[in-house]
Amino acid sequence: MTQISQSPAPRAARSNTGRFIGLATLTTVVALLPLALPNAFYVDVAIRIAILAVNGIALNLLMGYTGQISLGHAGFFGLGAYGSAVLTAHFGWSPLWALLAAAAMTAVIAWGVARVILRLRGHYLAMATLGLGIIISIVLSNETAWTGGPDGMAVDSFSLFGVPLSGERRWYWVFGGLLIGTVILAQNLIDSPAGRALQALHGSETAASVAGIDVGRRKVGVFVLSATVAAVMGSLSAHYAGYINPGIAGFLQSVELVIIVVLGGMASIYGSIFGAVVMGLLPQLLAGYEGWDSVLFGLIMVVTMIVLPRGVVPSLTARLRSTRFGTKGNAPC
Amino acid sequence: MLTVANLSKQFGGVHAVQDVSFTIPQGCVYSVIGPNGAGKTTLFNLISGLYTPTSGSIRFEGQDISGQAPDRLARRGMSRTFQNLQICKNLSAIDNVMVGAHLTLNASMFAGMFRWPGLARADRACRERAAALMERVGCGDFITADAAAMPYGALKRLEIARALASDPKILFLDEPAAGLNHTETHSVQTLVAELARSGLTVVVVEHDMKLVMSVSDRILVLNYGRRLAEGTPADIRENPDVIAAYLGADTEEE
Ligand SMILES: Nc1ncnc2c1ncn2[C@@H]1O[C@H](COP(=O)(O)OP(=O)(O)OP(=O)(O)O)[C@@H](O)[C@H]1O
Ligand SMILES: [Mg+2]
Repeated sequence: MTQISQSPAPRAARSNTGRFIGLATLTTVVALLPLALPNAFYVDVAIRIAILAVNGIALNLLMGYTGQISLGHAGFFGLGAYGSAVLTAHFGWSPLWALLAAAAMTAVIAWGVARVILRLRGHYLAMATLGLGIIISIVLSNETAWTGGPDGMAVDSFSLFGVPLSGERRWYWVFGGLLIGTVILAQNLIDSPAGRALQALHGSETAASVAGIDVGRRKVGVFVLSATVAAVMGSLSAHYAGYINPGIAGFLQSVELVIIVVLGGMASIYGSIFGAVVMGLLPQLLAGYEGWDSVLFGLIMVVTMIVLPRGVVPSLTARLRSTRFGTKGNAPC
Repeated sequence: MLTVANLSKQFGGVHAVQDVSFTIPQGCVYSVIGPNGAGKTTLFNLISGLYTPTSGSIRFEGQDISGQAPDRLARRGMSRTFQNLQICKNLSAIDNVMVGAHLTLNASMFAGMFRWPGLARADRACRERAAALMERVGCGDFITADAAAMPYGALKRLEIARALASDPKILFLDEPAAGLNHTETHSVQTLVAELARSGLTVVVVEHDMKLVMSVSDRILVLNYGRRLAEGTPADIRENPDVIAAYLGADTEEE
């Protein structure tokens, strides 16, 4: 995690055509994938990957682009999920209002926390966010009256204006659409003055502040944004799954998100999608190697990061560029 | 335009800047010189808000600005470069320059995510201006480069382009010619003169005496954090204290 303090790989100027090709490819894959998915089990895997990808992209805005680590991000996912679950089950709110309220509440909490902890850097910030995530999952476990404690609680199915949303296939389109929307919005942000400000303060807080960027406010802003995205995804996946337990907010889930960002590539949107695919599929593929699956999983991670230290997508694109043009990936040409 | 009065900064027991006072008139080139460790960079850091003064005051356009954050000072029209480069290596060269134009653009996250009408157009115009600035300061060859791939000399000029992108009223250059060859140094000199002619106030820290003497309207000499002398280049050249403490003692260093 020390690499968070260093500058990541330089970002290539994103051309509009490159962006369009990426988006067209993603949309095509999302649109055609259901034809290739034989049964509900595989649709479920695809949905889980889409959820991970959206969360990964949101965390990448914070980590990869802005250079601020969060080891407790699943906590916000949990807040969204439990916010929706509690408001619908105990207060009879409609799912949509519950989702919005849970997102707003998470945003406020994230804002309050961020103002304090984002003054910290490096390992200290890692520790603080780690603690935050742990506190959230402990609260979710202990408030048994509201959350059902460690046993978890059931969540009503989602309905929009009285129309219930049910079945894997329908949910697939919701999460697939959200993934595409997230990619579009994230790329818009990165290519905008606001996104440039975030990347600038990652590169040099001194340079950014002298250029007029309010470094503290920007960090808080992107932290709240990524926490709120996680909360919305938490709400929706709670309704989708129909059952939640405090594990969804736990440390392992937070680490999973960090792995997605780092493995796929810091400051790479498609890297996070790739990371989500790996994290979603690898456990399934390794399930056959009972007892050895965790070892193999760890081994694959270690080898990947040694061979492709900047993360899979940025490292490979840099190599592709350098072989195609016969120059170093970064050289002016 | 800028008045510094009895400014001091202490780091533990080190008096980096001690009881320094001077006034920079509008539209002139003002140089700060002195041996290594004299407190020149510390002075810049105090004025641009990176350090808070231990005591003393800084007034800019009649208002007390001591202790204000750098981003607020940028809003007032201050801009600077760094002796130890502060380049965003994670961005392309031209994006670095565009960072300098941050305050001239709509930088709300919401507007960015939803491509607010006019945002893309303004950004494109800014990109063109940034490219023109890079040409102007002499790093036009790197308009499509990544900052991480640029040589030192070009990065020094990239910083000047970034500092100019905010359209500042006062520009601080901390050793703009350090590490540059003769031709490059000369082009920096021409650029500073040009900027001053366009009405910008330029404050320069520089060890290259030829550059300092030819480009400055006034010069402040610091030694061990204290003001040793202040005046026109001719005054400074003849000042016995300066000759003894700085020019004489440190000639090998130049
Ligand atoms: N952040 C800091 N913490 C502690 N001491 C500092 C700090 N910044 C500067 N100093 C000390 O203050 C003194 C002045 O340093 P400064 O960098 O301002 O000198 P300078 O005139 O810019 O020198 P140079 O010509 O080498 O750039 C030095 O003794 C330096 O060690
Ligand atoms: Mg210095």
